[in-house]
Amino acid sequence: MIILFYLAGAVALISTVAVILQSNIVHALIYLILSLLAVAVVFYTLGAPFAAVLEAIVYAGAIMVLFLFVIMMLNLGKFSVDQEKSWTSGRVMLVPAIMSAILLAQLINVLRNYEHSIDVVEVGVLEVSALLFGPYVLAVELASILLLAGLVSAYHLAKK
Amino acid sequence: MASIPVEHGLILAALLFALGLIGVLTRRNIVFVLMSLEVMLNASGLAFIVAASRWGHAEGQVMFLMILTLAAAEVAVGLGLIIQMYRRFHTVDINVLSQMKG
Amino acid sequence: MLDLIWLLPTFPLLGFLSLVLTSGNLPKKAVAVIGAGSIGMSFLVAAIIAAQFIASGDDYFVIEVWTWMSVGEFSPGFAFYLDGLSLVMMLIISGVGFLIHLYSTGFMLDDPSYSRFFSYMNLFVASMLMLVLADNLVLLYLGWEGVGLCSYLLIGFWYENPANGYAARKAFITTRVGDTSMAIGLFLLFTQLGTLNIQDMLHAAETQWPVGSGLAVAASLLLLGGAVGKSAQLPLQTWLPDAMAGPTPISALIHAATMVTAGVYLIARTHILFELAPNVQLLVAWIGLITLLMAGFTAMTQHDIKRILAYSTVSQIGYMFLGLGVGAYSASVFHLMTHAFFKALLFLGAGTVILSLHHEHDIFKMGGKRKQLPIAFASFLIGSLALAAFPFTSGYFSKDEILIGALEMDGPGIWLWAGGVLGAFFTGIYSFRLVFVVFFGESKAHHDEKEVAGFSMATPLIILMVLALFGGLISIPVDSVFNHGGEHEEHHISALMHGIMIVVPLLGIGVSYLFYMSKTFSIENLMSSSLAKSLHKFWFSGWGMDALYQFLFVNPFLFLARINKNDLIDSFYSGIVALTRTANGLVARAQTGQLRWYVMTVIGGVVLIVCLGVLL
Repeated sequence: MIILFYLAGAVALISTVAVILQSNIVHALIYLILSLLAVAVVFYTLGAPFAAVLEAIVYAGAIMVLFLFVIMMLNLGKFSVDQEKSWTSGRVMLVPAIMSAILLAQLINVLRNYEHSIDVVEVGVLEVSALLFGPYVLAVELASILLLAGLVSAYHLAKK
Repeated sequence: MASIPVEHGLILAALLFALGLIGVLTRRNIVFVLMSLEVMLNASGLAFIVAASRWGHAEGQVMFLMILTLAAAEVAVGLGLIIQMYRRFHTVDINVLSQMKG
Repeated sequence: MLDLIWLLPTFPLLGFLSLVLTSGNLPKKAVAVIGAGSIGMSFLVAAIIAAQFIASGDDYFVIEVWTWMSVGEFSPGFAFYLDGLSLVMMLIISGVGFLIHLYSTGFMLDDPSYSRFFSYMNLFVASMLMLVLADNLVLLYLGWEGVGLCSYLLIGFWYENPANGYAARKAFITTRVGDTSMAIGLFLLFTQLGTLNIQDMLHAAETQWPVGSGLAVAASLLLLGGAVGKSAQLPLQTWLPDAMAGPTPISALIHAATMVTAGVYLIARTHILFELAPNVQLLVAWIGLITLLMAGFTAMTQHDIKRILAYSTVSQIGYMFLGLGVGAYSASVFHLMTHAFFKALLFLGAGTVILSLHHEHDIFKMGGKRKQLPIAFASFLIGSLALAAFPFTSGYFSKDEILIGALEMDGPGIWLWAGGVLGAFFTGIYSFRLVFVVFFGESKAHHDEKEVAGFSMATPLIILMVLALFGGLISIPVDSVFNHGGEHEEHHISALMHGIMIVVPLLGIGVSYLFYMSKTFSIENLMSSSLAKSLHKFWFSGWGMDALYQFLFVNPFLFLARINKNDLIDSFYSGIVALTRTANGLVARAQTGQLRWYVMTVIGGVVLIVCLGVLL
């Protein structure tokens, strides 16, 4: 399991790096799906199978398909690949990379003194559902309203 | 069962978050920006899952579900906006959108 | 019934309030009924009160309606004091005021701001009645400022024209100079005598101050300042001719019949104070004399029908001051009354001429209008006869009394008399110059216009004609006010002096006839020399007083304002402004409109905050 965790983590990192460096948007999307699936595996190794399943279905499945549809609608083609290459030069990357590196260093610095091992205990659907429909039922309702709002506004915005 | 150091999970989340941030900051294509945002959201969800397993609780997963819902709604609206933008400006370059210049 | 004296100012005040609160939404008929009716009611009450007061035989009557404010010992109230003087004033104001209101209902009929006009007029009458009926100087001052405000509002009534606004401001500021002096006078009287109740104050002054004492001189000088401001006497006379920018009924009511005589009323009311300062009283006489002569010269040179009348008003008030100065108070008040009649008649007649000839003011563009404008002609003829003191018209009796009063005075009395007679000569010239130029000779323009004089305009004119002719026969009950128990003196004037006083105005009329009617002498010949031309120009400009004040006060003030424009305090505030603008420019440059730049700043902030969290 430990090995699986590190392995999946490495896959997730590498594919994410590929996402932000890719010029071809469809390739980038495929890398993103890979990254998300790897994160789903990480979830599984951390004892959250329900979250892993949702990650695979909703994130890697539904949302990414939505991206794919939009990319198809925009029909960017070969031209956009060249454009992307011209837009992502090393000079442009420099300052954001430094910024992110500082932020990362700070985060790792904070986490450094925090040493605790996880004794992986599987927390299944039952516990999660009991919480969702128990104390968090209001949050679920709010989430559904949010989704409804998203649905309506996406319909309105995408309409001609 | 085997044990994983909790800071490793959190560092993984931080790395993913930083990578997503670099994507948001560097890409000019707005579809890439949105994808990088997804990466960042996903990283924060991962941090919650790690925390949940640290305590063996289900609350973290509930929070992950909320983030998932948020991401879904955000992507739907964001993609709708991208389509609108492409219709208006015939480009996906976010530098074109500088109407807020003071 | 005397208790109801408070109704007098209340009716116009109610009229004002109802007109203001409906803000011009009433039909014109209703406005006319409220506007003129409230004054009519006041006049009715005034007439009943006058009859009862005279029948009662009392010297005075006081009623306090309520206390206005109470500060320690000092508690001025809304208290009304009625004696012969305020009785006469109250009847003039409500009576002539009612006639002028009636006239205005016709005159202003085409004006879009009909309701506003009557609301101001009503407020004016309310303030003026308050002024003359006030028992204490604070209430008097309230009315004093109230009429000043209404005068300002009504001069600038047609505010679309900036020149009218300028004239209104000029009138307001010039009278303000006098009002400030008067306010200081009130402070002085209060601190020295401890009361502002007029009668108590006068008694206290009489007992505490010896004749000619410094305090009496100072107090009477300060009050005189207020009086010359309001009554447009030298040196504050410049505002009145410009005040003719207002509608003509305003000129009749405020700037001829009532408000400008408030100064005369004030001095008559406080004459005991002036008698304690004989030099100041003599100054009053000289101010009156010089003003009446200067205004007489200027009136002879003007072209504008209303400005001629304005200067003649200044001149006639000069006569009243002359009378006050020589101690002929009842003659002054008598002249005030007859002047109210005939000057209101002249102004309303002028209003008819102006309205009929489509707002033509220049008398040399009229000519031969006696058939075309019969009512206006009759008004002008009778008014001018009275103004020029033609024998047995009202003006003759009153002016005569003033001049006799001057003659009876020792010392400079004979000079004052001579000046007054000279002024009467000028009065004859300029008043009949107006009549001859406008109504006789050839018609030069405006041949076809019909006279605009409906019932509402003709009635007041006819009543005023009767009053101007026979008003001199009224005897006013002011003896008890001015003759503190003393015997009424009989006049001992030689027949020669009487003859001179009758003949001189007739001479003036004759000179005017020769120049403007028969053209025996030509104005052109008279004006041919350059000296005459420059003299004419000098007199035409009102003896250059406006230019003098421009030079003496306005320009230095503007200069001071200009050099003070960039003072320390201002630069402090402009420094703040400049700083804010610079900061705004800097922050605005951060607003690039670039989405990634915004994200970058957000991340920068996060980095900073986490940094702080780690370090601290």
